Amino acid sequence: MTQSIVVQVGQCGNQVGCRFWDLALREHASVNKKGIYDEALGSFFRNVDTRYSDGDCMDLPKGKIRSLKARAVLIDMEEGVVNELLQGPLRDVFDSKQLITDVSGSGNNWAVGYKSYGFQYREQILENLRRAAEHCDCLQCFFLIHSMGGGTGSGLGTYVLNLMEDEFPDVYRFVTSVYPSAEDDVITSPYNSILAMRELTEHADCVLPIENQSLVDIVNKINQMTNSGKLGAAIKPYTLISGQKEAKGQEKPFDAMNNIVANLLLNLTSSARFEGSLNMDLNEISMNLVPFPQLHYLVPSLTPLYTLADVNIPTRRLDQMFSDAFSKDHQLMHADPKRNLYLACALMVRGNVQISDLRRNIERLKPTLQFVSWNQEGWKTSLCSVPPVGHTHSLLALANNTCVKSTFQDLKDRFVKLYKKKAHLHHYLHVDGMEQSCFTEAITSLSSLIEEYNRLDATKGLPVSDATRLSIAM
Amino acid sequence: MSVVVVQLGQCGNQVGRELFEVVDSDARGQGAKADGERYREASLDRFFSCEESGGNVPTARAVLVDMESKVIGRTLSSAAKTGRWKYGDKNYFCQKKGSGNNWANGFYIHGPKCEDAVMNLVRQEVEKCDRLSGFITTMSLAGGTGSGLGTYVTGCLRDTYPNSFILNHVIWPHRTGEVIVQNYNSVLTLSHLYQSSDGLLIHENDTIHKICSQLLNIKQISFTDVNKVIAHQLGSILQPVCTGLCLTEYSRSPLGDLMETLVTHPEYKLLSAMSIPQMSDTSLAFSTFTWLGLMKHLRQMLISNTKMEEGIDWQVRPTPAGLPVAAKISPNKELRFNTSVSNLLILRGKEVQNAETGGFNDQALYTSWTPAESALSVWQASQTFNKYERSATMVSNSQSVLKPLDSVVRKAWNMFASRAYVHQYTKYGIAEEDFLDSFTTMEQVVASYSNL
Ligand SMILES: Nc1nc2c(ncn2[C@@H]2O[C@H](COP(=O)(O)OP(=O)(O)OP(=O)(O)O)[C@@H](O)[C@H]2O)c(=O)[nH]1
Ligand SMILES: Nc1nc2c(ncn2[C@@H]2O[C@H](COP(=O)(O)OP(=O)(O)OP(=O)(O)O)[C@@H](O)[C@H]2O)c(=O)[nH]1
Ligand SMILES: [Mg+2]
Ligand SMILES: [Mg+2]
Repeated sequence: MTQSIVVQVGQCGNQVGCRFWDLALREHASVNKKGIYDEALGSFFRNVDTRYSDGDCMDLPKGKIRSLKARAVLIDMEEGVVNELLQGPLRDVFDSKQLITDVSGSGNNWAVGYKSYGFQYREQILENLRRAAEHCDCLQCFFLIHSMGGGTGSGLGTYVLNLMEDEFPDVYRFVTSVYPSAEDDVITSPYNSILAMRELTEHADCVLPIENQSLVDIVNKINQMTNSGKLGAAIKPYTLISGQKEAKGQEKPFDAMNNIVANLLLNLTSSARFEGSLNMDLNEISMNLVPFPQLHYLVPSLTPLYTLADVNIPTRRLDQMFSDAFSKDHQLMHADPKRNLYLACALMVRGNVQISDLRRNIERLKPTLQFVSWNQEGWKTSLCSVPPVGHTHSLLALANNTCVKSTFQDLKDRFVKLYKKKAHLHHYLHVDGMEQSCFTEAITSLSSLIEEYNRLDATKGLPVSDATRLSIAM
Repeated sequence: MSVVVVQLGQCGNQVGRELFEVVDSDARGQGAKADGERYREASLDRFFSCEESGGNVPTARAVLVDMESKVIGRTLSSAAKTGRWKYGDKNYFCQKKGSGNNWANGFYIHGPKCEDAVMNLVRQEVEKCDRLSGFITTMSLAGGTGSGLGTYVTGCLRDTYPNSFILNHVIWPHRTGEVIVQNYNSVLTLSHLYQSSDGLLIHENDTIHKICSQLLNIKQISFTDVNKVIAHQLGSILQPVCTGLCLTEYSRSPLGDLMETLVTHPEYKLLSAMSIPQMSDTSLAFSTFTWLGLMKHLRQMLISNTKMEEGIDWQVRPTPAGLPVAAKISPNKELRFNTSVSNLLILRGKEVQNAETGGFNDQALYTSWTPAESALSVWQASQTFNKYERSATMVSNSQSVLKPLDSVVRKAWNMFASRAYVHQYTKYGIAEEDFLDSFTTMEQVVASYSNL
């Protein structure tokens, strides 16, 4: 089996990453009752013996779990978040050699993250990546987690993306990017996002765009339902949305939101980690969902989000889960795939679901969705037999759909508003290596991406006709 | 004579396992009398080797190949668990990460990398055979390993064993729902195999699925169910059988005889199979069959291109022979009548010599340039096969593959017209012209079969 490395950059990246590691440990603990280090566990964790050395200890082969270390690199240009992490319950899964921190942060400035810190920390980051890679016998994928709005995650994060591509060209680069909401308190977030977007478009294999506003809405809705008693005895602890409700631990404001993102990552990788009658390896995701190199933005939606999961769900509710995955309030991004064009779609199912359930639901949903003419049957599916903790089953849908263009267009409008006034521009241009052209190139890159989506979207609703076949001289 | 089976990718390994299972249990189910004993020996020699060191458990003449380890691990252990037969301990080659549904990755990257190792395993297996009839590969068209690496390995087999026969058994993907790039992978595989293979035997997953639900009454159909049906049909083709009139002399060269009767022209290499009867064990216990009834149904299945004994269209009729060719190609005929290049009818079971096969010996079933006498072959064995007292399998080189083939080529071509997903392939070294070459080859095949 293959291994993956999580690279978490900036405040958001590290806070989401932290929720991921917590949930991943719980998931494996609930599946792996014997405490044996197996290949599934090995995909994200090393098993090491810490008794004899405090440095970079040796990997143990299969056998009893001694001490699990996350295959992760933690980067932040301030210390607060990472330090907090090191004092929390997860401190043992990281060791100091996996961390790269500075003290002053990037001040919400992409240029500081990318140009200054990138230059300054290049070697140290490379060394960390290489070390993490050496611990893998078959490294398949990097998962980069960051936000688009700040300076470190967006700037240094996308710098790291470039390093990965140069240094490990064969290793897939999946990026989870948290996009700022329109009311984001970071004023320069449109600059940062668009400068980062260019890097994502050019250097990532797949991007899972997530909007903070969607996460907020989902969490609010859950709270509402909980308070109004709609969910009966409230949400069971340890299910999809609940945080880590330990006696001492107070939930931080972002935790509920970040749990959702963490679950997305768990479900995305479950089929590669666990058994199933229809496995989907990570390399199959981009192969099947990315028809053109730059059109690799996949809108995720996740179910269940609002249901209790203590009963054996009957067929009707199983089918409801599939419908939900195509409804707006289960999407992690505000967009309208149903009114736009699907280029491809993946359904990743966990739990006791059969191939016939998948087929039935695809047939049922198909008429409500529009697929691009050359991919009328653009479905990729996987079945993983291990359900998520606390649930009987779950579904992650990844839509490669032209609807992302409206989000990108909004972002572009916000950017243009600032840029026209040259607001805050000098903070960027002061940074060594940062030029005006970085802005113009970034906006050109985004415009042509939007144009690509528009071009495809324009074929929507046209009669589907076959391309003229090659003629053969008989 | 023996055959060596090369199982490639998830599908190929899962199907291959079921094939050995059927062959083994069929052989074991034969009576203790001398003729049963001879059948058993012939079957054993064909598919298994026996080594003293192996504790006398027959070892499949097989090489297992996959680019990930999960499936091979499961396949080896499930065979070993039967206690009746096993795979050789070292007869497998696997890597850590699959080909990611990418034909080019399987062909251009994994192919050259594993060539030595795989061909080494093959050579060791070949050396265990007293006489080698040839190779059977089992693989799917849709994934990356079976299709891409399978194509590459077939080329290596052709180069290394120019005088041996190669039968590629390929699984045609479900129409929709599993692999988005399956049509590309299928076109690339089929076009390349058309150069290096002696014959391609095709099973369509959708068809087998229907057999499972409608004939076998299985409610929730798993891949194991599907594979059992496929293996049953394969077994009925490949188990010992008499190609001549004498019912005591088994064919010496199973693959050679198959190709000689069915693939008479290099333009026509696509073979499909249909078996009758097929039913659940419980129904089987309450059913009796006559050769007359079986032959009547099988003939109609053949000419109406119905791959199972259910929903047969009895309206389809051949135009009487003797009519001028122009009259034969009526629109009606083009729509529904399945014209053959050649057919092989394999009959197994009680009183097999009484089966009347004249209905298949009708020029109206065949394209004008193959005379019916040479287009039809009938092989027989008086042993019951796989618990069926009487059973028949038709291997047909006919237009029956045309519809699925045309649909795959059409969908792949639509995609290619937009160049969608092509970059995923070119990054592993395949050029757009290679795609075009493959399309040209497949259009040629479509045209050839259309014009029968
Ligand atoms: N979902 C989520 N969003 C977060 C979290 N922390 C910050 N954000 C969002 O991320 C953006 C700010 O980026 P940060 O990640 O805080 O910034 P940074 O990468 O640390 O960069 P600097 O602080 O400028 O060095 C804003 O849009 C915040 O709303 C988090 O834990 N979860
Ligand atoms: N009949 C049958 N079809 C199968 C089976 N397993 C997979 N398939 C079909 O095979 C195709 C997928 O190809 P796989 O064989 O899984 O792929 P692979 O050769 O392992 O290649 P990669 O996984 O891409 O490296 C789909 O069309 C499936 O329907 C099986 O056991 N039986
Ligand atoms: Mg920060
Ligand atoms: Mg596979």
